[in-house]
Amino acid sequence: MNLREFAGLIFLLGLGVLLIAVLTTLPYSNSLTGVGNNILAQAPAEVGTANIVTAVVLAYRGLDTLGELLILFVASTAVGMILSKAPGTASVTPPLSNTSTGFVFSAAASLLFPFLILLGSYVILHGHLTPGGGFQGGAILAAAFFIPILVSPASPFKHAVSSLLETVAGLVFIGIGLVALFGSGYFLAPLGHPGTPGALLSAGSLPFLYLAVGIKVGAELAGIVAHLAQP
Amino acid sequence: MLFWIALSSVMLMLTAGVAMLLLDNYLAVVVASSVLSLALSVLFVVLQAPDVALAEAAVGAGLSGVILALTLRRVGLWRINVQPPAAVTKTSTEAKS
Amino acid sequence: MLVEEAAWLYVFAYLGAIGLILLGLYGLVMSRHLIRMLLGLSLLEAGVNLFLIAAGYRPGGVAPILTEATRGLLMVDPIPQALVLTAIVIGVGVQALALALVIKVYQAYGTLDMDALTAHIAAVPVARSAPTSVSAEEASP
Repeated sequence: MNLREFAGLIFLLGLGVLLIAVLTTLPYSNSLTGVGNNILAQAPAEVGTANIVTAVVLAYRGLDTLGELLILFVASTAVGMILSKAPGTASVTPPLSNTSTGFVFSAAASLLFPFLILLGSYVILHGHLTPGGGFQGGAILAAAFFIPILVSPASPFKHAVSSLLETVAGLVFIGIGLVALFGSGYFLAPLGHPGTPGALLSAGSLPFLYLAVGIKVGAELAGIVAHLAQP
Repeated sequence: MLFWIALSSVMLMLTAGVAMLLLDNYLAVVVASSVLSLALSVLFVVLQAPDVALAEAAVGAGLSGVILALTLRRVGLWRINVQPPAAVTKTSTEAKS
Repeated sequence: MLVEEAAWLYVFAYLGAIGLILLGLYGLVMSRHLIRMLLGLSLLEAGVNLFLIAAGYRPGGVAPILTEATRGLLMVDPIPQALVLTAIVIGVGVQALALALVIKVYQAYGTLDMDALTAHIAAVPVARSAPTSVSAEEASP
């Protein structure tokens, strides 16, 4: 396949030259784009979060977050449908852990699990004050719920509980958006009054929106990992 | 100071990217993808985006590596190419590339 | 003066992004193994995310978090960060779904080599049935 590889390298070199040519036309300046400028000026007074990226994700671009939750829901459901039990595959996969998981591993796992849950919940709840939020905290929670799968593969992951949590959290998110639609005329507009930026209960309905997002993302990613781990 | 941090993280990132494409052993490829996510996360912090750095570290270095490793287990690529000691008679098979 | 001081950060970030995009495209196009193609796809997504964040950087800017220390300072653009936050999580969702499909392909064919899979697919006979002639009749006038 020498000709094919050579042609591929020529194509990539040409593409690299084009991309670097684009790079030289990009501005290296201090001026913001119009929308970024306005958001940075108006977000603290209008939305009330200390973390302006949270304000953009939930208040100014809330529909994008809803679309992302939809994509994650489709991916998680499709993984569950694709990886349902097929006969004759148990011989291919090795066991997830040997018969004796060892004292060190199970002790360390049971010590690590509550701290990971604590860290994930902290990151979700303080998403509007510090860097963090629903997606990051949800990913940490999903990683935390992978540990019991590793330690005791005999006790299966309860898919019914995780899909119930995911459904309830998704309905809470859409419900808050609909309440905002009937209240102020815009779907997913921030409700409530923006408190003092920096307090835990500021920015109206945004902490609850991020809580719903965090639980939903955590349940979905944990479900995906559990489907991949348990044949 | 930030200059050296940015330079070393970009070099680490590109090296891990090359390693992901050239290595034969797929477990090493999973490790390389986690190293790439770690270096990318450091670069995001230098670029003043801590939210994105946290997301990339949690998702790329944590969950993505776990998902890849669990898939490798079910596809038959989970063996490390290790020669057993001489007392054991059966040898480990080659890691497929 | 402020622009030339931080030009190195732009250059590093953009060159890193372009390098990742090219590596990802190479892996996606030129590999024979399905999992390496998926790794190329994830490299491509990482490169595009880095490119977006680097486009939103302002020389001398700080992270867009309001604290006592950053009151009144120039902040970087928050919009690309929100977009990339979404893109990272979508990337891992796409990767998980693609890997589930790879598992099913392995269970069905026993191999993940592209040439062997192409031979398998080429060996499946194409079914010709009546509806194709009906659509040809509808397309002619």
